[in-house]
Amino acid sequence: MKIIETNALTRRFGDLIACDNLSIAVEQGEIFGLLGPNGAGKTTAIKMLTTLLPPTSGNASVAGYDIVHQASAVRRVIGYVPQMLSADGTLTGYENLLIFAKLYDIPRRERNKRIHDVMSFMDLADDANRLVRTYSGGMIRRLEIAQSMMHRPRVLFLDEPTIGLDPLARRAVGDLITDLRDNYDATIFMTTHLMEEADLLCGRVAIMHRGKVAALGSPSELKSAIGKEGATLEDVFVHFAGSEIEAEGDGRDYRETQQTRRTARRLG
Amino acid sequence: MKSVIIGTVSFIRKSLVIVELEIRKMRHDPTELLMRAVQPVLWLLLFGEVFAQTRAIPTGNLSYLDFLAPGILAQSVLFIAIFGGMSVIWERDLGIIHKFLASPTPRGALALGKSMSGGARALTQAAVVYILALLIGVKMNWNPLALLGVIFTVVLAATLFSAFSLIIAFLVRTRERFMGIGQVLTMPFFFASNAIYPISIMPPWLQAVAHGNPLTYEVDALRALMLENGTSVYGLGVDFTVLILCTAVLITICTYLYPRAAT
Ligand SMILES: Nc1ncnc2c1ncn2[C@@H]1O[C@H](COP(=O)(O)OP(=O)(O)OP(=O)(O)O)[C@@H](O)[C@H]1O
Ligand SMILES: [Mg+2]
Repeated sequence: MKIIETNALTRRFGDLIACDNLSIAVEQGEIFGLLGPNGAGKTTAIKMLTTLLPPTSGNASVAGYDIVHQASAVRRVIGYVPQMLSADGTLTGYENLLIFAKLYDIPRRERNKRIHDVMSFMDLADDANRLVRTYSGGMIRRLEIAQSMMHRPRVLFLDEPTIGLDPLARRAVGDLITDLRDNYDATIFMTTHLMEEADLLCGRVAIMHRGKVAALGSPSELKSAIGKEGATLEDVFVHFAGSEIEAEGDGRDYRETQQTRRTARRLG
Repeated sequence: MKSVIIGTVSFIRKSLVIVELEIRKMRHDPTELLMRAVQPVLWLLLFGEVFAQTRAIPTGNLSYLDFLAPGILAQSVLFIAIFGGMSVIWERDLGIIHKFLASPTPRGALALGKSMSGGARALTQAAVVYILALLIGVKMNWNPLALLGVIFTVVLAATLFSAFSLIIAFLVRTRERFMGIGQVLTMPFFFASNAIYPISIMPPWLQAVAHGNPLTYEVDALRALMLENGTSVYGLGVDFTVLILCTAVLITICTYLYPRAAT
């Protein structure tokens, strides 16, 4: 079953076409990776699929629901971790999860158990009652992932879930993603700048470049497609997006840079 | 019919979750509320005491301090509500708002919950004004129903002005611009109202403005409910009707603007 389907999904910002006629289909239970240089349009695509940003043209469905006309049905079945570190620093870790448990209608009887389970799973149980602003960047990320999976979403959108994580935490998140797929039949739609990670986790990847999909397939298919002996996914990335990587500077506007800086600052 | 009831209950419950969220934040960091409480103290103690001496302002059967106390309560509600909206600019910049918008929380519940949480913050200011009013000898009405009426008025007005503030925040989109505009907007609300002088002493054009200002109706209701000898000029029915209608309109606008914050 195709759990995500996009049809010429397009989003413009003024003259810029951030996401240009995106047409992809993701199968239920897949771990799908969206790769591409900064400014390629990955976050824009995810924001449209999570109903945050209306498309300029084209359409898409998630779990069979149209992202524009059945947006609230989509929201019930998805989980989302934004690119920016966005847990609320003025609340404790537990409170962050509690609020979302309530917003997602997790029954009162189960609430504390679910919160406790995800927090232990993400190795945060001891820090549950500390204010999040005293967490490290990696702890915040783990908290956010815990929050996004608490209601057992059918599709999980992770925008650079391992940004700022140390290798151990990254491995834990990788295991978690695989575990969610294996045990809950969740579909994962993620972006990352780490090619090894994509290679390891993703069944298929799409390489986006300037709003368009430049290549799509399993990592091994793509590696053999570029006709280079012993190619890595990084070679594939460079092959499809690298030629113009220098010119990419202008696509990354001030706002983007500012966000990256802010993230860097929060990551301390 | 049943689904309408379930929907409404769920809507209110979700709004209250947002209020709970804001109250939890307030508990972790009450400093802002304490800072804000300085302003009504200064107004009542300095401005109030001086103007009470001059007897220049006709306040009927009320002493000037009695007359002023509800006006200053309304003012502190206004300020705390107007500057509360700035938090959504923060939350948008940090991406917090995106997670709420991607959750199954109705947009209206986000708008209403955020606005009503201004009410929770405003109640802390009401407590400060009450203590102070007691200390400086304002003749207060301690009837429990009247107190409930004051609480209702404060929460309603704070919801109204918070919704207004959220709308401004969504439109101006940066903290710097918001700070500037926030200052510019609070002053006219405050001075073009009956908060510190009766409308009757204003020039006619300003009287017209004051009659279109929701703060006037808030102050009118507070004067009737808070003071032992207080009376309402327009009647509580008119006051609450105006406040509720304005709140409904502003929350509706806010509901439409909320999702734009994530784009
Ligand atoms: N709200 C916006 N207004 C104007 N332009 C925008 C907006 N959001 C994104 N863009 C532009 O759209 C393009 C794609 O941005 P997007 O954030 O989707 O890239 P990305 O692939 O996620 O990049 P990164 O790897 O840096 O996160 C960029 O050129 C960006 O400047
Ligand atoms: Mg991005």
